Amino acid sequence: MSVAVTIESVEKRFQNFPALRGVSLDIQPGELVALLGPSGSGKTTLLRVIAGLEQAERGRVLFGETDTRDLSLRERRIGFVFQHYALFKTMSVAENIAFGLKSRPRAERPNPAEIKKRVSDLLELIQLPGLEKRYPSQLSGGQRQRIALARALAIEPRVLLLDEPFGALDAKVRKDLRAWLRQLHQRTGHTTVFVTHDQEEALELADRVAILHDGRLEQVGSPDDVYDHPATPFICQFLGDANHLPVKVVGSQAFFQDRPVLGGLRQNLGGPASLYVRPQHLRIVDDAPLALPGVVEHLRRNGPLRRAEVAVEGLSKRLDVDLASQVAPAIGERIRLRITHGNLFAAA
Amino acid sequence: MTATVFRWREPSILPGFGLALGITVTALSLVVLIPLAGLFIKAASAGPADIWAVATSPRTLAALKLSFLGALFAASINAVFGLILAWVLVRYDFPGKRLIDAAVDLPFALPTAVAGISLAAIYAPNGWVGGLLAPYDIKVAYTPLGVMVALIFIGLPFVVRTIQPVLEELPADIEEAAALLGASRWRTVFSVLLPPVLPALLTGFVLAFARAVGEYGSVIFIAGNVPMVSEIAPLLIVIRLEQFDYAGAAVVATIMLLLSFALILLVNLIQASARRRFGDV
Repeated sequence: MSVAVTIESVEKRFQNFPALRGVSLDIQPGELVALLGPSGSGKTTLLRVIAGLEQAERGRVLFGETDTRDLSLRERRIGFVFQHYALFKTMSVAENIAFGLKSRPRAERPNPAEIKKRVSDLLELIQLPGLEKRYPSQLSGGQRQRIALARALAIEPRVLLLDEPFGALDAKVRKDLRAWLRQLHQRTGHTTVFVTHDQEEALELADRVAILHDGRLEQVGSPDDVYDHPATPFICQFLGDANHLPVKVVGSQAFFQDRPVLGGLRQNLGGPASLYVRPQHLRIVDDAPLALPGVVEHLRRNGPLRRAEVAVEGLSKRLDVDLASQVAPAIGERIRLRITHGNLFAAA
Repeated sequence: MTATVFRWREPSILPGFGLALGITVTALSLVVLIPLAGLFIKAASAGPADIWAVATSPRTLAALKLSFLGALFAASINAVFGLILAWVLVRYDFPGKRLIDAAVDLPFALPTAVAGISLAAIYAPNGWVGGLLAPYDIKVAYTPLGVMVALIFIGLPFVVRTIQPVLEELPADIEEAAALLGASRWRTVFSVLLPPVLPALLTGFVLAFARAVGEYGSVIFIAGNVPMVSEIAPLLIVIRLEQFDYAGAAVVATIMLLLSFALILLVNLIQASARRRFGDV
């Protein structure tokens, strides 16, 4: 039932603004893929191109072996969940969910009893049994979201597409629905693509994350992959926090202002480069050959972590440093930092 | 013991309810309620027998029938045509769109007599349009059909202007959702796009109907005003007045008033129940 989706160098522009500049992506049957990127990165446009709501100027989208340009919107059989759900407000929940089935040509249409059965099965599946007679205006945001999903699933879609599925919900509901969607995907196994600007959501939910920036695909990989091995400086800064240090590479060592800060480099870079270091990869040390001196200027709480802002001579921006709980420097204290891990990119 | 001073229960902690209600009631009384009460008193002064005689006279019945059925017909035509016109204005971009958009309001602005005379001239057997219809033996001017044409003309903007904002605010995603769920274009339009517009369409229909029932100026020029055939109720009232039959005029007016009020109330109730059910999502 689920099909592979192949996106081949798709290009799309709006007036003179290029929204997608040659995006290629292979999605396996049954895979859950997140399209992640800041606003304006083209992620929603890509989703709409897959759905057929936008036409690509170049390139093509294949479902299995079929070019989607040969298919009408109905034939594509796409379950699409809109950001604001797009429920039909003059129809009850049951009518909303049954809409796709009742829209089929007469020969393929299930009989009313079957439709009724399917609606109640789907309501069971989304854990909202017995809501058939309600109207969308009588539901909470999270309930509407799930009804929209049930409506999309009712047509037995080959591909499930979700546009910012949790964008309009509050933080608690969002977390619950996220876990629930993951389970649902494991049970139903639809090829699923969802768009999000929330990295936490993408990393937690997806099998693979595709990161878009300025209409280009910057990196595709498992959540661990993209987080631990970011392919570009953009991803370093977009995924999680990262401190940026301009360095100079000589041999196997990186120098910040003539002071060696990171050794054992295997990358053959040489010359000026950008070093990105996550706050958890900076450790306060007593003394070490490769250490960066600085002054603690501010301490703050960041969820479960405590974080120090450290001013380093020659850097306009303070470094964020995650603190191990037993070590607590005072504000104004001079400390030394050791970089345990960093990502190095040749300076642009 | 202090006497409790009677006070309206303020619906909100913010002041202004008393003042606003006072102004509303005063203005409404001066402009609407007192004149209407006067109308009822005048009509009642005729005495039951006379009231019955006026109300059931064939000429009165024919005039009322033409006015109400004509207004209903005209409002129905306007509902369909106005909906299409509003749809075109909202959904499509084409050269001259602003011009057509502005032209919709002309029936609001034009003196009704001017409209009536123009329509009569065009639809008369020797006019531009009347001349085209004459060979098929269709007469518009000076017949009940002419009355309808005038009523359609003056009612159109009411429908267009009430539907337009609702169509504009219709979310684009419901149309896309319907298409992706496999709905035909026909089904998308009739079961997804039109139902949310229906309350506004009803409002437009009622406004166009109310305006058409009371219309006088444009109709009398094109109707020909043949008693029992193309004489509208408002004209009958004027004729009674000119004959100094004030009570008779008041009786016809009162019947019109009650019928109109009943119809408008009915439609408003239908709408209120629709609103309760669907709310705003």
